[in-house]
Amino acid sequence: MSAAQISSTVEASLTALAVSLRGVTKTYDNGVMALGPFDLTVRKGEFISLLGPSGCGKSTVLRIIAELSAPSSGSVRVARREGVPQPGHGIGFVFQEPTLMPWASVRENVRLPLRLGRVPKTEACARADAALASVGLADFADAFPRELSGGMKMRVSLARALVTDPDILLMDEPFAALDEITRFRLNNDLLALWRSLGKTVIFVTHSVFESVYLSQRVVVMTARPGRIQADIRIETVEPRGETFRTSAAYSDYCRKVSAALAPSYAEQSTL
Amino acid sequence: MNAQAMVTAKPSGAQGALRLVLPVIVFAAGLLAWELVVRFKEIPPYVLPAPSVIILTLIKDWAVLSQSLATTLLTTLEGFAAASVGGIALALLFNQSKWVEYSLFPYAIVLQVTPVIAIAPLLLIYLEQQTAVVVCAFIVAFFPVLSNTTLGLNSVDRNLAGLFQLYGASPRQTLRFLKLPAALPYILGGLRIAGGLSLIGAVVAEIAAGTAGAGSGLAYRIAESGYRLNIPRMFAALLLLSLAGIVIYGVLALVSHLVLRRWHESALGKES
Repeated sequence: MSAAQISSTVEASLTALAVSLRGVTKTYDNGVMALGPFDLTVRKGEFISLLGPSGCGKSTVLRIIAELSAPSSGSVRVARREGVPQPGHGIGFVFQEPTLMPWASVRENVRLPLRLGRVPKTEACARADAALASVGLADFADAFPRELSGGMKMRVSLARALVTDPDILLMDEPFAALDEITRFRLNNDLLALWRSLGKTVIFVTHSVFESVYLSQRVVVMTARPGRIQADIRIETVEPRGETFRTSAAYSDYCRKVSAALAPSYAEQSTL
Repeated sequence: MNAQAMVTAKPSGAQGALRLVLPVIVFAAGLLAWELVVRFKEIPPYVLPAPSVIILTLIKDWAVLSQSLATTLLTTLEGFAAASVGGIALALLFNQSKWVEYSLFPYAIVLQVTPVIAIAPLLLIYLEQQTAVVVCAFIVAFFPVLSNTTLGLNSVDRNLAGLFQLYGASPRQTLRFLKLPAALPYILGGLRIAGGLSLIGAVVAEIAAGTAGAGSGLAYRIAESGYRLNIPRMFAALLLLSLAGIVIYGVLALVSHLVLRRWHESALGKES
């Protein structure tokens, strides 16, 4: 796919909304207000990053979008695919840990969402293998998670999130525990996947550099309770690559995002 | 990584051999000392039989002893099977309903902490003897299975549970694909303890039943031989009981290893 084609498909899909949060708050049972009020609009096909200090409720936003956690107030709208009911599931979730089942092979792990959705076995295995191939792990389908490196486990986790062909991919600091080289490679692979598959990606991170490198929009959050501090659009020549990572524009954006993030940390007296 | 494993395999292999050879040497030396002391001091067999005499008795009385061994093993197996099924089933029930757990768990503990030797005579009054013996084996063995399975079912990774929730897994799917596999190492640990305990339960109940004047298990043979001052046969029966316990433990440990070897830390070498 050429760069021109990519930008045109991205343009076309920018019109519809994928996720919309209005006045969402979350208060835990112990009375701690973790989030909000929080407003967020994500268009279809967009790659956005949520950036903020630890405990600002970034992960909570993802869990609310995935319906793993209910908001205390406010409204959440997640676009479902129109037309025929889709096989599988509309949302893929990648956790901070690989969160693989240690007792099952890589293929079984990737097949899990389809198995839970009662997709016939032969079809599910074929789709699991295709998802593994898309993250470059076609040869490791029969391996067990413990036999893989940290980066490979994360790829398996990504393949599992992609196997249902979701519209929205939620990623909760997925590469935080990896070394920098592995992280760069996975960042590039993720961008390539996003360009070819056209998913909506909401990516939680606490790394300024990662957020600027990956996303079209960086949403900077305040300390707890998390609200939006700044919403910064990153505009550059697509597709991004190592030239962008070393460009002056990149460091300008990083400076800008860091400046927006600074007050969030200043509010945290306990640091 | 493979090359490294090859290099480190050597010392660990030698150490493994040492761990096997040393106890055997100690055992042989002990037997030899025992044999020599009995021979030189001319200790009569009804006080302390020499190992050679015990082995001869074992061969001579094999017809009686083997039948007793079979009886005890059958009792143990029945008690173990009942404890495994009962313990796992009860743990699953507790996991499905807090109400059931709160209502019944205290009684499971009461059953566990009451010495089985004290319960056995009562059971022998109300139950047929063979049933009572099996029930004793069950009572002793079922608690570790119950508590270990409960622990395992509650040790599920929170994120994995979230993943199952995200993909709309039914309770049955969550149980089958998540909770049971996650609990498996714990269940197998419980079964390993239960195997030895059901033998103990069977022996205790047989001794209680034996004093009531019936039974033909190994423990009964020990009690009976004691009354008749047939000390060599006591030792021979004891030897068989020990061997039975070792074999039960070995088989369960092997099963556990075979089931878990591909993924669980407990079954993996230190290097991998």
